[in-house]
Amino acid sequence: MEVPLRKAKVSREGEFVVVDAKGVHYRELNELINELVERGERKLRLLNVNGQRYIADGLRCECYIEIHGVAGDDLAAFANGPTVVVYGDVQDGAGNTMNAGRIIVHGSGTDIIGHSMRGGEIFVRGHVGYRVGIHMKEYREQVPVLVVGGTAGDFLGEYMAGGRIVVLGLERLETYPEIAGEWLATGIHGGAIYLREEVDEDRLGYGARTEKLGASDRKFLKEVVGEFCRLFGLEAEEVLNADFTKVVPKSHRPFAEMYSDAKEG
Amino acid sequence: MCGLGGILNRYGERMSGREIIRMSCMMRDRYDGRGGGFAGYGIYPRYAEYYALHLFFRDELAKERTEELLKDRVAIIKDERIPMRRVKEIPQENIVWRYFVEVPHRFSNRREYLEKEEDYITELVFTINDCIDGAFVASSGKNMGVFKATGMPDAVAEMYRVEKYRAYCWITHGRFPTNTPGWWGGAHPFNLLDWSVVHNGEISSYGTNKRYLEAHGYKCRLLTDTEVVAYLFDLLVRKQGLSLRSAAIALTPPFWKQIERMPEPKRSAFTALRMTYSQAMLNGPFAVIITNRDTMVGLNDRIKLRPLIAASSDDCVYLASEEAAIREVEENINRLWAPRAGNPVIARLDEEVREEVIH
Repeated sequence: MEVPLRKAKVSREGEFVVVDAKGVHYRELNELINELVERGERKLRLLNVNGQRYIADGLRCECYIEIHGVAGDDLAAFANGPTVVVYGDVQDGAGNTMNAGRIIVHGSGTDIIGHSMRGGEIFVRGHVGYRVGIHMKEYREQVPVLVVGGTAGDFLGEYMAGGRIVVLGLERLETYPEIAGEWLATGIHGGAIYLREEVDEDRLGYGARTEKLGASDRKFLKEVVGEFCRLFGLEAEEVLNADFTKVVPKSHRPFAEMYSDAKEG
Repeated sequence: MCGLGGILNRYGERMSGREIIRMSCMMRDRYDGRGGGFAGYGIYPRYAEYYALHLFFRDELAKERTEELLKDRVAIIKDERIPMRRVKEIPQENIVWRYFVEVPHRFSNRREYLEKEEDYITELVFTINDCIDGAFVASSGKNMGVFKATGMPDAVAEMYRVEKYRAYCWITHGRFPTNTPGWWGGAHPFNLLDWSVVHNGEISSYGTNKRYLEAHGYKCRLLTDTEVVAYLFDLLVRKQGLSLRSAAIALTPPFWKQIERMPEPKRSAFTALRMTYSQAMLNGPFAVIITNRDTMVGLNDRIKLRPLIAASSDDCVYLASEEAAIREVEENINRLWAPRAGNPVIARLDEEVREEVIH
């Protein structure tokens, strides 16, 4: 008794093309989205999304996509420009290797959010899972930003090569109240992580250290936390009025000795 | 990239297989069609006191030889072909039969020697799997059964008419085998007595675990790593009497640096469990769901290398590889969360679901 897949129902509400994604397979849904965007549509509203993967992947335009429901794995992977707003949770790998654009998640996310992200912004109102921001990177003006309202699991910013991660810890988990998990920033060799709490050095992973916040850090936090609060209707001043810890790399080649005799200069 | 799902009705109310099939279908893109299966608890209320043996036979000879052994060892109360539909996706490789059996009193001497009736059944299962060519026991618990084959889970469900059974606990698995063969016996769930296991990932400690289990009389013959999880739970919980929490500490213990940070007497307790069960520790990336007659447990490896989501409604507890699978079948979710790596999520009949904090 296979559960039958359905065809997407498409309608229009003002500027929005509305797609009812209930029971629609991800391939069909994503073909439809690509087709609509190619036809010049710039505002899409996807209803009843439940786990469809790869939504908005590789989109190269500044369109606006609203998702109602649970966005499946690898949301907006390789995306280059779209704004994706999710009224619900996102599954693993949202923003994977994203180049530009925005993901705004009103619910929570799971593992490897922002995996290898190289530009753009991700704002998650709730919690995120393990290995978030793994291998984020930056190049000149391309500096990805990931802001989390709740907490993050272990290996936050693992092998991070660039970009900025901010975790606010506004809500905590009963089972693990820390703002971020163990092995924080293991193997970090670029970029920075800001945690809205004092964090002991012994919680850091290999290759990470803490640093005092400077004026440019405060300016950056004011900007991105301000934007986070504007997006989710919070009071920025209250959120910013706390001690932040900044986690940075000890060096830009933490494993140099492991692979060669070359020592850091 | 396998997919797991499980539902336990906290009040023991039975539900048809439709929900678990829908959960499984929501994760169809995780499977490659080389294995699918379901386990249901509460499906045989009329024969609840007997062991329900689900068997695969490659041919009539294997069936005859198995029945000779069964007649020698147990009393067969009822036996029948498991009703099946023909589905075009799955070739009928096997004769699939079920036997409701009890351990008769004339074997009482032998039972004393083996201490427990359940050990007697365990030995019978291992003898069939090990010694009879072309015969395989898919499940051996009471009032439960495993339905599995090589195929996509929806086709497997169609073939076994899974929607016609009613159970208070269901688990499902869709397989994407990467390093062991796809065959009917290698599909999940894996079962022994009332224990069933579905698994996504690899048990890289398989060699160590297998030797440990074999020293305790278990035989690992199914050409896959998952069976050790079922046997470890049987050994630690049923035979050695550990609580599920302690068993989880033994199987997915915190790292030594975390144990060193613990206050006494917790540190000593964790150290003792970790040292005693060093060969039972499960390594490698995995998410598993383990069930028995009144419990469903979800567990991840210690560094969370596979997905697992837990949720509860007023009546039911859910576990799945993807949130979408749970949302598909339950609109009134009270709580939905991603359990912490190495912490078991324990759902039991008549209890609130809880995540045991060991990490």
